[in-house]
Amino acid sequence: MLAAIGVDSVDELFEQIPGPLRLGRPLELPAGMSEAEVYERLAALAARNADAEGQVCFVGAGMYDHYVPAIVDAIASRSEFLTPYTPYQPEISQGGLQVMFEFQTAMSELTGLPVSNAGLYEGPSSVASAGYLAMGATKRRKFVVSRGVHPHSRETLATYSVGYGAEVVEVGLAGGVTDAAALAAAVDGETAAVILQSPNFLGAVEDVEALGAAAKEHGALLVVACDPMTLGILKPPGECGADIALGEGQPLGNRLDFGGPSFGFFCATAAQIRRMPGRIAGETEDVDGRRGFVLALQTREQHIRREKATNNICTAQALNALGAMVHLAWLGREGFRELGELLVRRTAYARERLAAVEGVELLHDAPVVREFAVRLDAPVDRVLDRVAERGIAAGYALGREYPEYEGALLVAITERRTREQIDALAEALEAAVAAGRGAKLADSASKAPRGATEGAVA
Amino acid sequence: MQRERATTIYEKSKAGRRAAVLPEAGVPEAPIEELIPANLLRAAPPNLPEVAEPEIVRHYNRLSRRNFDLDSGFYPLGSCTMKHNPRLNERVAALPGHARLHPAQDPRRAQGALELMYLLQASLAEICGLPRVSLQPSAGSHGELAGLLLTHAYHADRGEVRTKVLAPDTSHGTNPASVTMAGYEVVKVATNQRGGVDMDDLRARIEEDPDQIACLMLTNPNTLGLFDENIEEIAALIHAAGGTLYYDGANLNAIMGRTRPGDMGFDIVHLNLHKSFSQPHGGGGPGAGPIAVSERIEPFLPRPQVIRRAAINGHGPRFDLDFDRPKSIGRLRGFQGNFGVFVRSYAYILSLGADGLAEASETAVLNANYLKARLAAGRAGERLPIAFDRHCMHEFVLSGRPLKNDLGLATLDLAKRLLDFGFHPPTVYFPLLVEEALMVEPTETETKESLDAFAAAIEEILTEAETDPEIAKHAPYSTPVRRLDEVRATRKPVVRQPFD
Repeated sequence: MLAAIGVDSVDELFEQIPGPLRLGRPLELPAGMSEAEVYERLAALAARNADAEGQVCFVGAGMYDHYVPAIVDAIASRSEFLTPYTPYQPEISQGGLQVMFEFQTAMSELTGLPVSNAGLYEGPSSVASAGYLAMGATKRRKFVVSRGVHPHSRETLATYSVGYGAEVVEVGLAGGVTDAAALAAAVDGETAAVILQSPNFLGAVEDVEALGAAAKEHGALLVVACDPMTLGILKPPGECGADIALGEGQPLGNRLDFGGPSFGFFCATAAQIRRMPGRIAGETEDVDGRRGFVLALQTREQHIRREKATNNICTAQALNALGAMVHLAWLGREGFRELGELLVRRTAYARERLAAVEGVELLHDAPVVREFAVRLDAPVDRVLDRVAERGIAAGYALGREYPEYEGALLVAITERRTREQIDALAEALEAAVAAGRGAKLADSASKAPRGATEGAVA
Repeated sequence: MQRERATTIYEKSKAGRRAAVLPEAGVPEAPIEELIPANLLRAAPPNLPEVAEPEIVRHYNRLSRRNFDLDSGFYPLGSCTMKHNPRLNERVAALPGHARLHPAQDPRRAQGALELMYLLQASLAEICGLPRVSLQPSAGSHGELAGLLLTHAYHADRGEVRTKVLAPDTSHGTNPASVTMAGYEVVKVATNQRGGVDMDDLRARIEEDPDQIACLMLTNPNTLGLFDENIEEIAALIHAAGGTLYYDGANLNAIMGRTRPGDMGFDIVHLNLHKSFSQPHGGGGPGAGPIAVSERIEPFLPRPQVIRRAAINGHGPRFDLDFDRPKSIGRLRGFQGNFGVFVRSYAYILSLGADGLAEASETAVLNANYLKARLAAGRAGERLPIAFDRHCMHEFVLSGRPLKNDLGLATLDLAKRLLDFGFHPPTVYFPLLVEEALMVEPTETETKESLDAFAAAIEEILTEAETDPEIAKHAPYSTPVRRLDEVRATRKPVVRQPFD
């Protein structure tokens, strides 16, 4: 090969790198390892995590321990889906393009909006992308955002807003849901988008239709973040006046993976189709009149429009969207609705069961689907540690992101959480709160520093 | 590949069929309307397909056979680094300790995951020659946006507001798109005769308004597959003007263990774990776009950052998520990033090790230069000449201009004819600077035999075109569908299945 090139060594090919810039030493990394050794190393790291296989997981906060059917792994691990690049050559990418088209149809059905893209990175950055779209659509630079929107989404929106030059105004909650009067007062003629989440971060179902009136009145876009697993039973955002419905796609066919990769879904009214971020598959025909699919509306995208693109996104999460599509096909029309009902009923049971525990009370009594918040009469960190000793992850502590809810816990239910597990959680909470109340009294007496129980790792 | 007419899963739907069997609720089954007010409920469930499991499997298996993939054949798609995806990486990513770990798990109960992230950060820092890494960005373009927001924060911290970002005319489309999204204005820099940054033009652009230059975004080797020999001078010019130097790591596969962006003077680097570090592309993701930065940029990195804390009471060292970063640009996404991608890329780095990574880059460069020489020795030498005739790094760009002028055959026609020969075509019409461009990146995981077969196919297509160019103009013939009407898909978009 060197002879064909006309050089004596591979080093000669690297001579275009100026001498002072050549590394001249091996990278300071370990030597390569055999497959068996790498497996053992990674398995040892994995074993030091308390995962939902070994722990009963009531943690949600945007990502949920659903059962991913075996068929998803079987199909998503096929080389033909796993290893191609983005379908830039449609003639040899019909499989992937059709999956995108089917996925867009499913998300459009779920959200009640006619246009869906083929997916973005994940939930929170999709909210930021909706903000960018709304600025382009309205030529305004202010977002009015409910505090019920996932804290990560609000933070991500704030990060992006520094770049694209927008102002973010937050509206608080009352009784677990967005304060309607405060929202109406915050929206004005400068508002590009009103951003809500339903169910919101506290699990409460918002009255999107009523809240959205303020956006309509002032010509702002109504953006609704939603949990796709709740859309088998909740009124779809498109029927509540949403211009954009989006969200974290993980509950559909994607594992927890410590936070990713998953995908974000993004649906909109027909009016926004040419402002959409990300890839969109469209149906067309070939020269012989045969049905086919291509990447549609590519003139929105960075590889064509460069600095005038509607978004900078390129590589997204195609394989994760495939997982969602297969999961949805597996559930089917009836199964998807039944799963939603199962979540509502088990959550209602869990909420009632926990509320009956001494030292536990509901944070709000708004309607919920699959997640709810309780306030504990004991330090949350200690309660979580004690409950973890029984092999249960009790929930998500709200205090860091919602100082106003210090002492509150968010509890999530999936089809994997049985009545027996819910009962076990209630018993564990009862014991932990009782013990924690004692500690709380001792704490206030001695002012012991937080984190004194650092060593107690379950 | 399958040539049957496409039918969607919705068209296979029959009322009453299903795959899923759900668990019994096991709790009181009150009517839903008693639990949630009726005005918040939907009237009818969404119209999802009703299909039993055997037909779902068959449907998606059939669809899969209408895809070309890396595991089936050579995929020399320039700038995309289509290297083999080791299956070990899939196995370790699927371990329950990784796959079923909740992202909000208490760090004390996720020590293995945080240690893995910490070790990956350290490995990438060494490969880049920069001290700090954030794994948070989800893909290359997300890393670019992060880098520009970091630049903004760095300047703001110094009381400066700068408005312009320089980028060569050969840059990836994501670069200018990210610049706009970050609120900056793009200023294009010309390319010189050797395919590098035109130094006179760069100086002129800087001198126009040095106080407004926020950043220069550069890929090195650039999208022509050429290493910019003037990089030290470029870095000095940008730094003298007070700007940051951003490295688009899409082409890192050329230089691992040979040279490092940090040593070249770059302040911010993004890496595409789905390119150099073997994460499968998945038909368009997932990927991950970690960023490595210099000390002066470090305070602004996204929140949270994975850190190692000193031992406490004899316990430790302990890995943790650090949220206490007052100068941080904030979050770029939910939770900690695409962890499943981190597992695969860390397994890849462990497998190859220091020597293996360097060897990967050496072989990638050798393969590219060999294929370039093989093509130049045949008809391509005249019909598809190399755009800039020097040794390339991991990829090279040909110009189909003579082919178009002499035989009336566009680069697109050549690409479509390659499909009939069982190859994925190279990247076409990029970079924009080169007329009828064809960008070829073979990667290190291809054998000499694969490269020879690809060169032979190009030779055969060119020979055929000399006698009958019409054949290529109407290609492909053997694929599930032939050339598709893309204009119609944009003018009258049908982007979902219509239901009656």
